[in-house]
Amino acid sequence: MSIMYVILPLSLVMALVAVIAFRWATRKGQFDDLETPAWRAVLDDDAGREPPKTG
Amino acid sequence: MSTTADRPAAPAATVVACAHCTLPVPAGGVVAGAPHQFCCAGCRTAFAMIREAGLEGYYRLPQRREQPVEGTSKGYDDFDHESFHALYVRQRPDGLCETELYLSGVHCASCVWLVERVPVILPGVRHAELDVRRSLAWLTWDPAEVQLSAIGRALDRLGYPPHPFRGANREQLRRQAERAMLVDVGVAFALAMNVMLLALATYGGWFSGMAREHEQLFRWVSLGLTLPAFLGPGRTFLRGAWSSVRLRRLHMDLPVALALTAGMVRGTVNTVSGSGPIYFDGVATLIFLLLTGRWLQARSQRAAADATELQASLMPSEARLVDADGGVREVPTDSLLPGSRVHVRAGDVVPADGVVDDGRSALDQSLLTGESRPVAARTGDRVFAGTTNVDAPLVVRVTASGEATRVGALMRQLEEAARRRAPVVAMADSLAGWFTASVLVLAVITWWCWQPRDPANALDHAIALLIVTCPCALALATPLAISAAAGKAARAGILIKGGDVVEAMAKPGLLVLDKTGTLTEGRAGLVQWRGDDAVRPLVLAVEAQANHPLAAAFARAWPLLPVPAADDVRVTSGAGVCGTVAGHRVCVGKPSWVAERAVGVPPGPEPGPDGLSPVWVAVDDIVVAEARFGDPVRADARAALDELRATGWRLRVLSGDEPAAVVATARALGIPAADAEGGADPERKLAVVRGLVARGERVVMVGDGVNDAAAMAAAHVGVAVHGGAEASMAAADVYLASPGLRPLVRLVEGTRRAMTLLRNNIILSVVYNVMGAGIAMAGYVDPAIAAVMMPLSSVIVIWTSWRGKTFTPEGGA
Repeated sequence: MSIMYVILPLSLVMALVAVIAFRWATRKGQFDDLETPAWRAVLDDDAGREPPKTG
Repeated sequence: MSTTADRPAAPAATVVACAHCTLPVPAGGVVAGAPHQFCCAGCRTAFAMIREAGLEGYYRLPQRREQPVEGTSKGYDDFDHESFHALYVRQRPDGLCETELYLSGVHCASCVWLVERVPVILPGVRHAELDVRRSLAWLTWDPAEVQLSAIGRALDRLGYPPHPFRGANREQLRRQAERAMLVDVGVAFALAMNVMLLALATYGGWFSGMAREHEQLFRWVSLGLTLPAFLGPGRTFLRGAWSSVRLRRLHMDLPVALALTAGMVRGTVNTVSGSGPIYFDGVATLIFLLLTGRWLQARSQRAAADATELQASLMPSEARLVDADGGVREVPTDSLLPGSRVHVRAGDVVPADGVVDDGRSALDQSLLTGESRPVAARTGDRVFAGTTNVDAPLVVRVTASGEATRVGALMRQLEEAARRRAPVVAMADSLAGWFTASVLVLAVITWWCWQPRDPANALDHAIALLIVTCPCALALATPLAISAAAGKAARAGILIKGGDVVEAMAKPGLLVLDKTGTLTEGRAGLVQWRGDDAVRPLVLAVEAQANHPLAAAFARAWPLLPVPAADDVRVTSGAGVCGTVAGHRVCVGKPSWVAERAVGVPPGPEPGPDGLSPVWVAVDDIVVAEARFGDPVRADARAALDELRATGWRLRVLSGDEPAAVVATARALGIPAADAEGGADPERKLAVVRGLVARGERVVMVGDGVNDAAAMAAAHVGVAVHGGAEASMAAADVYLASPGLRPLVRLVEGTRRAMTLLRNNIILSVVYNVMGAGIAMAGYVDPAIAAVMMPLSSVIVIWTSWRGKTFTPEGGA
């Protein structure tokens, strides 16, 4: 059962990584607007085929 | 979200659809042989721009904005001024500029698509992003390639007139606070779930056996995980409790902080000593759940602040200052001082309160009065910031600017009303207070009863009671039931922003309704026609060339009639229009104006005063017909109000319109004249609603304009109807996204069902807690039972919330 001493810290490290990722995403504003991105995704599939002009 | 429902139904085969907005093209606007037909010049321009940029994909979108493009044809030169840049534009280190613009006219998904493709339409714009809920666009551009005024013009011509966003600084602060809170929720969640995992393993060990060494490890790790949750995200409650103690005011945070601290301290002591329960799972989960509820609440409370900032953004940023030598130069509106003179062009918004110094025009005061009919203004008349100059240029001597204006005061009142609004005594809140108080008393009793018998474990039994009965399910019951109901309502076209709406609307109360735009359609419509039907095409012919609300009303009233060509059309501002059609001289306009040019009176009996505006029609200098315009009552209003009355709601009308017209409308809808008040300005509306609230009425204010916004914020619940002003939408707790008053009935029904669900949830969690308390007081806290019961009660609450039938989508209607 000494595997516990490996698994437990490992799972905590994973949780820590998730928290850091979440914090990063929140600070980047990923959760500021929860409405528009959903619509954006729907529309991109149907009509956003034109390549944007570079210039 | 279609606006077509407002329009008169017409057989599809004979109606040509606008190539841009798909609305019917008025008969006079059809160009024979052209491949594309447009309902208005705005749509034609937008269509050309979109085609030129190669964005035809827009017309293949599954969902498109069904609204004519209403650009302002402004030049947006002020967008390039230094003072504008200093205020609203940020220079990035890489040389690019960025700003936020508030766009009016943003409604749906296709708007997102189009606005975010501005970089394709205008080279030099690097990035465009739209937040559709708040109609805010973030733009990044290269100042060397394109100017902000060009971007402004492009957005305007696409149908989204831009305004600089005034609240950027406060917005920044608030967003940071909101993000910090969300991070706290996330951290609390991660910690709570890990502690819970360890706790479940420990409980499992009670049955299958567990090495002492591992159990001790789990307890220490739990301590290590709970301590950051307690001191990190949990500090909100500690701080709240501390200020509650200092101010000597009982607050929800006090018992919560007490339970958290007691569990934390006792758990730590028991961990160090290696015996007794540790409570960490309860503490960590409680922090997470309570914080989640608080976060949901904070999110929904932003409405009033949003409203103020958006309204501020609609005010013109530049004013045309008249110098002593008569020259005109543009200055920022904020720099206007009382006594200075400003020039207001036709079509411009008046930048400050003042007195007309020179000129004669008509003003659209709908922002302040809700009345869309323009009001005459001549030298010496008072004018107010935010109203629109319709006819001719005016010179205005400023008496107040900025916050000191009437609209500025109105917005302050709105903020204040929202802050001071009569709280709905939330059932869950009062219950939770009562509940936690009794838990505290029970805990003391438990300790006191056990002390003589089992001094070693008396304190543990008391803390166990605190933890086991901590209102996990109770704390979840309200936010869950309400957010689930709000989610279902949104799918049914009813946007609920405030959490207390459900409780406030579940019982019948007093419904205060605005008239213009709420009970009625809010725009001029042809109500009565006296005279020969054969002259109708002649009227359409001359009106097709006049740009006036009544001209559009004629076109809407007779969409299928042919429109002959008219020559020599002359429009007299504020009076009428004359022209030659098929050899006949046709004049349409105000009775007094037409009477100067023609003889006779319209045929038929003279109607009594009914609040309608008459327009006379003369053909070859003889008056042959009269058209009477009014604001038609919404088609579904009568049925919807009857249904509301049947469920026990009392109705009142409160409008800024003329008392006679208000009473007439109220009568038509079965509301007695005593309950209809007209001539109420925004301040009066606010006072009336405050008075009703003070009398103990449960007031729901339904409106559509800025003039209703403060009253809506002061009422227990504010409801904005479809098509209302942006500020009223933002101030409202509920926004009806589909037209008419039928959604109001569905809102009342849905909230009643949601309240039943909420009550069931609370009963369930209280029953659970009473059972838990009984077991704990008996000194028999089996962690295994707690481990099963705790998630089980929460799961049941979650399940009933999501399955409960509250709001149903519009069935076939």
